[in-house]
Amino acid sequence: MNAAVLAVLGLTMMFLGYRFYSKFIAEKIYQLDPDFVTPAHAQRDDIDYLPTNRVVLWGHHFTAVAGAAPIIGPGIAVIWGWLPAFLWVVVGTMFFAGVHDFGAVWASVRNKAQSVGSLTGDVVSPRARTLFMVVVFVLLMMVNAVFGVAISDAFQETPSSVIPAWTAVFVAVIIGVLIYRMHVPILWPTIVGTVILYAVIYLGEAVPISLSAGSFGLPVGAQWILILFLYAGIASLLPVWLLLQPRDYINGIQLFVGLGLLYGAVLIANPTIVAPAINPDLPASAPPLFPLLFVTIACGAISGFHGLVGSGTTSKQLDKETDARFVGYLGSTGEGALALVAIIAATAGFASLADWRLMYSEFGNGGMAAFVQGGARVVASGVGISEQFAATLLTVMAVLFAGTTMDAGVRLQRYIVQEWGTIYRIPVLQNGYVATGIAVTACLLLAFGAGGSSGEGGMLIWPLFGTTNQLLAGLTLMVISVMLVKLGRPVRYTLIPMVFITVAALGAALVQLTTLYREGGILYPLLWIDVVIVLLAILVMLEASSAFLRERRAAAAGAAA
Amino acid sequence: MASAKGRLGRLKALLEEFYVSPYRGALARARREEDDLFMLFVFAELMGVPNPAAYYTLELQPLLLERFHEWHQRQGMEHSPLDGFRCC
Repeated sequence: MNAAVLAVLGLTMMFLGYRFYSKFIAEKIYQLDPDFVTPAHAQRDDIDYLPTNRVVLWGHHFTAVAGAAPIIGPGIAVIWGWLPAFLWVVVGTMFFAGVHDFGAVWASVRNKAQSVGSLTGDVVSPRARTLFMVVVFVLLMMVNAVFGVAISDAFQETPSSVIPAWTAVFVAVIIGVLIYRMHVPILWPTIVGTVILYAVIYLGEAVPISLSAGSFGLPVGAQWILILFLYAGIASLLPVWLLLQPRDYINGIQLFVGLGLLYGAVLIANPTIVAPAINPDLPASAPPLFPLLFVTIACGAISGFHGLVGSGTTSKQLDKETDARFVGYLGSTGEGALALVAIIAATAGFASLADWRLMYSEFGNGGMAAFVQGGARVVASGVGISEQFAATLLTVMAVLFAGTTMDAGVRLQRYIVQEWGTIYRIPVLQNGYVATGIAVTACLLLAFGAGGSSGEGGMLIWPLFGTTNQLLAGLTLMVISVMLVKLGRPVRYTLIPMVFITVAALGAALVQLTTLYREGGILYPLLWIDVVIVLLAILVMLEASSAFLRERRAAAAGAAA
Repeated sequence: MASAKGRLGRLKALLEEFYVSPYRGALARARREEDDLFMLFVFAELMGVPNPAAYYTLELQPLLLERFHEWHQRQGMEHSPLDGFRCC
């Protein structure tokens, strides 16, 4: 199979999804009204609520939702072959993710820009809101552990990426100071900062950094994980304008440059996909395709995290209700495009099928490493740069995405711990340093607890992370579906994705239950996290059925009266 | 030439908006928290809280009185805490 054909086919299908399916949803299901006064106008305060250009808003939604996850997930999932991953990303983006993101923005806009969490309480039940908060907390805990391990692995596999990745932190701080404190117009810091970021890749190649094994009695991976969480803890305490804001901005630019580079290289180099369409020789450790594929690729097909973004910030800035289609549906399509190119990199960027099999000798392998190794080969042959340079460049891109998610994730966990301090009147928890310490320790326990002293636990929980993310998507689709029932509109377009993704999540959690028990016995910490996820999945299903029956009865009673 | 300048201006505006808008709320809240602390410095003495910087902050009071009402409400005091100054 030709990779360029696959890229064009996938992008065309996703575009058709936007052109026709999202139009149908906008007109017949969500029934967008161009005259509806959005919260950005009705509650305008020029701070949170402010009508924003839809292209800018799309850029935000897209860059906020697309990160390292749509690279790692597809990079692992191609172990079943390229076809299942391709179909799930394309069909998932068209009929699941698009409707989900678009729906989250619409539902929030129609309810004074409330977040999905608070909408769950109003539309479904207060119990469902509690459920939502628990799912979010579990998700945050896992995402930080997962990304910490992913960066640690990337630094070990590509030592030339260490200097460029850390330089990006300093570049971000300088940009932050120039713009916020010295009021320098944005264009020059952007150009100079971007040039430095790419130029420093040469320095990284000249001076690769590898930690020595055994320092402090720890393996290299564990040392990097400790350094990364120490950094994330400090970074999450710094003012937003100093690091997080400029880092996010740099990432946004990197995302557009990286996507352009990868797709350009695929089209020019036209590589052949060496991986099989469906892998007939799966390693013994590989779980069944259904339901694991649908949680291994969470971001890139449908992801509950998008609902938090869509209803948290996007909905407060929507100028017209009709923009929700462009911003929400097309935002998730952008992430689908990133996942698609990750699939191509991880299946077409190898010299032979034997090389590819070497990478995928066990379930959980591949991920970021396959994206970097395969992507570098494709970019090198397409654009004419050296393979080593391309590998460093792609590693830096993926590391920056993961690093920023860690910064933001630890910060959010700190807020949650501080909030608990306020709610339960425990003053010590309200202290920023204490709360950050608790957040970082929880993530470290997860990273180390599951994988021993190497700290490899993060990658073991990737499917669990995906499962939790999909449960969150199920909850958001449940809120949208209940709203549609109340409005007397067709509900199958959100209900079918909701049932499918929740059943897949529950199934995946059950499959992992047996795997984890076999691997670590009854005392294995991940086993108990999985037990919590199974319970959450069952509770989500019960809440959904009860809300539907209630609303259906209410609708029938209304019709009879 | 003019259209090139116009395009550059639009690009700058787009980048500016892309940079600022996701964090507008967070930054405004952080700035307000700093302002609130500053208000506390200025009005601490009047509320019976010893303030070593009172000599310097005293002359800032007239400048900040307009914002005093919103500030004391944000601090959880429904009415003005100052006997000599009733804003509500």
